[in-house]
Amino acid sequence: MTEHSLTHGTFTLERSYPVPPKRVFAAWADAASKARWFAGPGVEHELDFRVDGTETVRGRHDGGPLLTFRAHYHDIVPDERIVYSGTLLADGRLSTVSVTSVEFTANGDGTELLLTEHGTYLDNQEQPGMREAGTSAWLDALTAELQKG
Amino acid sequence: MLNHLDRVFQALADATRRDLVERLTAGPSSVTALAKPLEMSLPAVMQHLRVLEEAGLIRSEKVGRVRTCQIEPAALRQAEDWLGRQRTSWEHRLDRLGDLLAEEEPKPKRRK
Repeated sequence: MTEHSLTHGTFTLERSYPVPPKRVFAAWADAASKARWFAGPGVEHELDFRVDGTETVRGRHDGGPLLTFRAHYHDIVPDERIVYSGTLLADGRLSTVSVTSVEFTANGDGTELLLTEHGTYLDNQEQPGMREAGTSAWLDALTAELQKG
Repeated sequence: MLNHLDRVFQALADATRRDLVERLTAGPSSVTALAKPLEMSLPAVMQHLRVLEEAGLIRSEKVGRVRTCQIEPAALRQAEDWLGRQRTSWEHRLDRLGDLLAEEEPKPKRRK
């Protein structure tokens, strides 16, 4: 039985980083840096960071579904903001369509980051289990990254 | 397991019991000492402690006439783990970005 449903959601996240916007922006713009914190090891990551450029993250965790995230960059103001849309597929099936804006504001020597994401979630596919699998994959990657340093 | 977590969160859904937990994280304490700053009867405090004990958050033992309570860290850690898992993928990613930026930072972190 196939059930069709749509769920809509918007959330914002705010973070402070003790480095200037130029540095924080660079971690989003540079493919190698972005792969390290956004995708993680063992996950396929391609980034063409320019207006109309795309990004692909593809990976699987612990036998979970193959997750493919594709982003399309629409607006880039260096050191200030990034706007992109994205799709998330689980085993090739569309799960989420989202629009994300990331804003960087200088605060003294540091940066305030504001991330706003609007999402359309299809057919209740965004299962907590999927999210958890993704989460633990990122945590594994973080541990590896810290051990390297 | 879920049942147990239910009891843990139920036990923590009360300001007095959270206060008791908070004080017990500093070290074991007698029931009398725990009750002292609270504006309620000793039996009421003991009832709260019983809820905490049934949830596995604390344990108590009676030596002579004194009942001493102490924290049981495992239950608290389970609650913490559960809450931690509910952090969204984005929160984890932004944490990682912060770690990466801190790692790259040549200067020591500035204190606010």
